[in-house]
Amino acid sequence: MALVSVAVVTAVALSACAPSNGGTDAGQTTAPVSQAEIDEAMDTETTITFWTWVPDIQKEVDLFEAKYPKITVDVVNVGTGTAQYPKLRTALKAGKGAPDVAQIEYQYIPSFRQTNSLVDLTPYGGAELEDSYVEWVWNQVADDAGVWSVPQDSGPLGNLYRSDIYAQAGITEAPATWDDFAEDAKTIKEKTDSYISNLPGNDPGQIVGLFWQAGAKPFSYDGDKTVGIDLDSAETQKVVSFWQDLIDQDLVSTDADFNDAWYQGFASGKYASWQTAAWGPVFLQGTAADTSGKWTAAKIPQWNAGEDVSGNWGGSSNAVITGTKNPIVAAEFSKFLNTDPESTLAFANEQFLFPTTTDTLSSPDFIGTESEFYGGQKVNELFAGVSDTVSTDFQWLPFNDYVYSSFNDTLGKAIADHGDMSAALTAWQDAVTAYAKQQGFTVE
Amino acid sequence: MSTVTSRRGASHDAPSARPPSASRRRRSLGRPQLFAAWALTIPFLIVFAAMFLVPLGYAGYLSTFTSQLVGGQVFSGLANYARALEDPSFWAGLGRVALFLFVQVPIMLVIALVIALALDTGRVAGSKFVRLAIFVPYAVPGVVATLMWGYLYGRESGLIAQMISSVGLTPPDLLSPQNVLGSTMNIVSWEFIGYNMIVLYAALRSVPTDMYEAAEIDGAGPFRVAWSIKIPAIRSAILLTVIFSVIGSFQLFNEPNLLYSIAPNAIGSDFTPNLYAYNVAFRNQDVNYAAAIAFLLGFFIMVISYVVQLATSRKERLS
Repeated sequence: MALVSVAVVTAVALSACAPSNGGTDAGQTTAPVSQAEIDEAMDTETTITFWTWVPDIQKEVDLFEAKYPKITVDVVNVGTGTAQYPKLRTALKAGKGAPDVAQIEYQYIPSFRQTNSLVDLTPYGGAELEDSYVEWVWNQVADDAGVWSVPQDSGPLGNLYRSDIYAQAGITEAPATWDDFAEDAKTIKEKTDSYISNLPGNDPGQIVGLFWQAGAKPFSYDGDKTVGIDLDSAETQKVVSFWQDLIDQDLVSTDADFNDAWYQGFASGKYASWQTAAWGPVFLQGTAADTSGKWTAAKIPQWNAGEDVSGNWGGSSNAVITGTKNPIVAAEFSKFLNTDPESTLAFANEQFLFPTTTDTLSSPDFIGTESEFYGGQKVNELFAGVSDTVSTDFQWLPFNDYVYSSFNDTLGKAIADHGDMSAALTAWQDAVTAYAKQQGFTVE
Repeated sequence: MSTVTSRRGASHDAPSARPPSASRRRRSLGRPQLFAAWALTIPFLIVFAAMFLVPLGYAGYLSTFTSQLVGGQVFSGLANYARALEDPSFWAGLGRVALFLFVQVPIMLVIALVIALALDTGRVAGSKFVRLAIFVPYAVPGVVATLMWGYLYGRESGLIAQMISSVGLTPPDLLSPQNVLGSTMNIVSWEFIGYNMIVLYAALRSVPTDMYEAAEIDGAGPFRVAWSIKIPAIRSAILLTVIFSVIGSFQLFNEPNLLYSIAPNAIGSDFTPNLYAYNVAFRNQDVNYAAAIAFLLGFFIMVISYVVQLATSRKERLS
């Protein structure tokens, strides 16, 4: 403990040692790369480093190495998501030690773009991938200025519910609208003592997904110096006041998610449903194995009856990192991993990453699967349909670490403490705006 | 007196075995000794400079710049320090560790002292085992300790909650914003009571036993011996544990940083000044401001450690 202060100071010192990155590193180009150059690069002995936290990804990497025997991919797991990014940033600032390819979640792409840390894949045939992907997913990685990453998986929102608890409360159908959801919440609490759902205060991803579904556009970034911050809007306030009402009536619990107590909540029937992403069904299967056969997957409730819109929670991509000495190999690797039919199907069916290519989303080998945990329902098919209903132009701010950590101190805290969520949403807006201004951005 | 000393055996010669008087060591060193002294200390000085002074100096240098994601770095003198002094997050963290210091440190050190005194009487059955058992938590890495306690604290599945509900009471949420500081104090006490106990116990073992004999002859019981002889005799060791604990409290980082993943809303990003500096550097990407916070914290620790030392040494002179 006594050395921590020194350690912090040292780490601070190290991370700021090197000059910041420009986009001018050797080996990178803005002119299109010819097929001959690609062929030559792929036939030269090369080793590239790939930072990722996806379990068992070696399986897909092996497919790539089998096709290109002269290329070796060094797979390194330096931590999941928010644990990896500071390390990546430190390596980038130090000017060495950064990987050639890295796993990056969609919400962090602008953050790494802002520091010129991502190679524009346009000269490497990146733009040609557009037609392979679902539109909203493509917009997460590309804009007018370039293609910044290759999509791997996504998380369109649906609703997983315990059909046995619903039946016990006399409800036969999943709520079609949020109004139905609120009514069901009362009935379920009265008749079964279960909470209809849990809203965690530690997980900005879920509530931002719900904002997305409600049509909010809380963030925008022009790729340069201008950001838009609209966290405190009519749409977000609508979402927040809806949940506040349910929390105040003790119809929704507010436990932190992804910890033991929360897992047990699913196993014990404390929560009757989970408004979650397309990766949720398989996750739940592992977490609440004893409740197999009792779950049903449905679409997310709608704000207006008759509509069919969803949001997204999670998903990530593979980006080529600035400073790589082998941009062609790195780009070809990212493209192969996430577009080769065998590789993408393996991701979908074996690692349960929810697919993003239109081919895999319509492949009978994927959507035809019947899931026992959901009473034989074709869950993949349902979520593949949901993927088409996600609004297409959702953006992120170029400093997502701060956006998420300040959530925990404001809106997240209000959720956890059953405080005033509306005021906390305003406080979140203010904190993010103050940070943006202090960091020199023009706030629109 | 002779019967008492002979029973104590080895301590018979203690008075004559005292170190030679200080005046004999005052002689100035000769040239060969001087050379040897430098040769022996230079390796340390090099490592000390490279691993400690240079990073420290560099951090100090960084703290005088302001960096922005847009626009880069500009020299800003003491602006970061001025900003920290007006930053409610910094003060809130400092207030929290001060509270931690005034509540946890006395409890921890009194318990450590009582155990050390009890072991020193030689009347504790299985004292070797007790000593080891109390010291073992210190050998457990802080990371493991916090993860373990985090699990015990769990509201639904935690052992503590289950024990309380098994007797029909409603268990408190030990990780709520109101309780999390107390829960942290408990973890730190568990980790460091053994360490402090060993420091104090070692000091007690080096107190010459003839003083106890004299006290015994004068009719002092074990409590009186502990209070009037043992505690004053190990004053400097106690002072050492106090200073270490003061510094440790202000630098609290591991425990809250790990509890953050279990109770993020209760801990927050600015629970302690060190956690705040870490988050400013690695989440907010503002290394310059983080360096200023770290320096300011170091300054506070220096002042308070000095005050503690001054207060105790003045007391010593007065008594």
